[in-house]
Amino acid sequence: MSDLNFAASPINQSLTPERKIELYTQMVRIRRFEQVALANYQKPGRMGGFLHLYIGQESVAVGTLSLAGEHDHNITAYRCHAHALASGMSMNECMAEMFGKQTGCSKGKGGSMHFFAPDKNFWGGHGIVAGQTPLGLGLAYGLKYLGREGCCLCYLGDGAVNQGAFHESLNLAALFDIPVVYVIENNGYSMGTSQKRSSAYTGCLAQRAEGYAIEWDVIDGSDIYEVRAKTHIAMERARKEHKPTVLEIDTYRYYGHSVADANFKKYRTPEEIENYKKNHDPIHVFRSKLVAEGVLNDELIESINQHAKEEVEASVQFAEESPAPTIADIATDVYWETDNQTEASKIGHHFFA
Amino acid sequence: MRTLTYREALREGLDEELARDENVVLMGEEVAQYNGAYKVTEGLWAKWGDKRIVDTPISEAGFIGMGIGASMLGVRPVMELMFWSFHSVAFDQLVNNAACVRYMSGGLCNCPIVVRGPANGGTNVGATHSHIPEGLFAAFPGLKVCAPATPADAKGLIKAAIRDNDPVYFMENTLLYGNVGEVPDPADGDFVIPLGKADIKREGADISLIAHGRSVIHALAAAETLQAEHGISAEVLDLRSIRPLDVDAILATVAKTHRVVLVDESKPFGGVSAMVSHLIQEHAFDELDAPIKRVCTIDAPAIYSPHIENEQLPNPKRIVEKVLSMV
Repeated sequence: MSDLNFAASPINQSLTPERKIELYTQMVRIRRFEQVALANYQKPGRMGGFLHLYIGQESVAVGTLSLAGEHDHNITAYRCHAHALASGMSMNECMAEMFGKQTGCSKGKGGSMHFFAPDKNFWGGHGIVAGQTPLGLGLAYGLKYLGREGCCLCYLGDGAVNQGAFHESLNLAALFDIPVVYVIENNGYSMGTSQKRSSAYTGCLAQRAEGYAIEWDVIDGSDIYEVRAKTHIAMERARKEHKPTVLEIDTYRYYGHSVADANFKKYRTPEEIENYKKNHDPIHVFRSKLVAEGVLNDELIESINQHAKEEVEASVQFAEESPAPTIADIATDVYWETDNQTEASKIGHHFFA
Repeated sequence: MRTLTYREALREGLDEELARDENVVLMGEEVAQYNGAYKVTEGLWAKWGDKRIVDTPISEAGFIGMGIGASMLGVRPVMELMFWSFHSVAFDQLVNNAACVRYMSGGLCNCPIVVRGPANGGTNVGATHSHIPEGLFAAFPGLKVCAPATPADAKGLIKAAIRDNDPVYFMENTLLYGNVGEVPDPADGDFVIPLGKADIKREGADISLIAHGRSVIHALAAAETLQAEHGISAEVLDLRSIRPLDVDAILATVAKTHRVVLVDESKPFGGVSAMVSHLIQEHAFDELDAPIKRVCTIDAPAIYSPHIENEQLPNPKRIVEKVLSMV
């Protein structure tokens, strides 16, 4: 952990106590949401597919997205619940999506890996490792093309750094001066394979950016102040200079790659998990700081926790009570033209039996 | 009427759409300063500049994914694949992102892109550069595919493709770029051909030849021979658009002639003609006086040899022989 005092950086000095409480609350909400999602996933018949939990990594999404303004966009991979909630999506629409309900953010068509809220500048939720990295590049290209001063935060896991699409994206980002910030959320494992067994590197993964003449930095993800201080610099570089950055944020996930990852306690030691929980948990670390700063007290902590619990329980009820999609819903949202019943959609057959 | 080459007609269509909508951007390998590997975009960089006509590195997954992402935000990228054969290195972007992002977001995203370039065999470049993927991409709901055969259709369809709010994969043909045909003068109005509308390129009474892309040209040549040498009157229906597909036009020509040969540069397994054959048997079975036959590319990877490649592909001789085997 760094000895530098990132709390003193201007971007953190500008935080009001209320805003600090808000950031803490967001992290707690995300964790409670996922803990309850897991409990429901384990009950038969409630959710299908995968469930990729973010628990342990909350400071990354909350810290980075707390810096996002009107023209800043974000996109991530399948471990997307935190980015969705931190972008301002409601627990109801997210929980209902996992329950496969019509009221889900994607009408039950996307599932846990595919949350979207373009109106909140959140572009998913993508299932293929690194497949979102050219899309994030394109969102940033679009911002520059349309003359908007903003950037795209494009998140990826440490397992995505070895995909070709990511390297192609880095080359294009540097070549075309595109305002994208790649955030490698390094939780140490690409599914069950540790970083040392999956990646060739010297120093760290972000250092690969040097090969493309891109600025890079490494961040201790357990300290949300550090996340904000360093990410702010990268976002300003993108917004003001149209220059990309690669950030590597060291973090940790307590659970497996997904809930289907039955071996998640086998490829690492219980001591490793315990050490992180005890010493590096981003929520605990931030809570201690805020208590020391006099911003949080026991009463407030309990109240935040209680509210988060109630909110997530209500979202489960909302999801349970919502209707499932119908057979007729299967073939909508395929084509914009047919959904909007345009003249073009009436010419020729778009669908086949 | 004035005439243009297929290449010039495409360029005119692109140029008109660049003028119509400031968010249309052409990007791809060698499209700008080099003037296009096949000169389709010749002169457009000089006219429109760096912002609108963008040279990309050889990085198909990167720049096509970039275009998809930009389109979600309102840019309208028209991306050139130097060969459609290079789709394979961008497949995840073309299929998982472009075709599925609208669906997976419950209709919140849309992806108004065009990916265009030549998709054909017949140029002795071997299997890797001779893929014909219109049937492959038409198999993915969310995508639209067209394959014009004439200069006028190339212009009219590229304009419709750019205006369409869904991803359109536009398959051209290097062996058609130099073909000349009549194209309406821009002074006579905006010339757009909607997707999903087939076109009877030749009227006939005895048999229907249904084709798309360069196979239409072969079918027309075969029809001339059939009429002149065998007294057979063949109708040629050009699908033009693969998805959406003009099923009504297909069924109408079958009802008229009662015999069908499908001409398709795809391989026989799956592909466009397999789908068309299924539609005919399902919806017009009683109209048929003979089994549906096909002339496809002979079922092997594309052969290099200039001595023999044309025999692997549909050609007028193979079409005539197939028709004669049926009557």
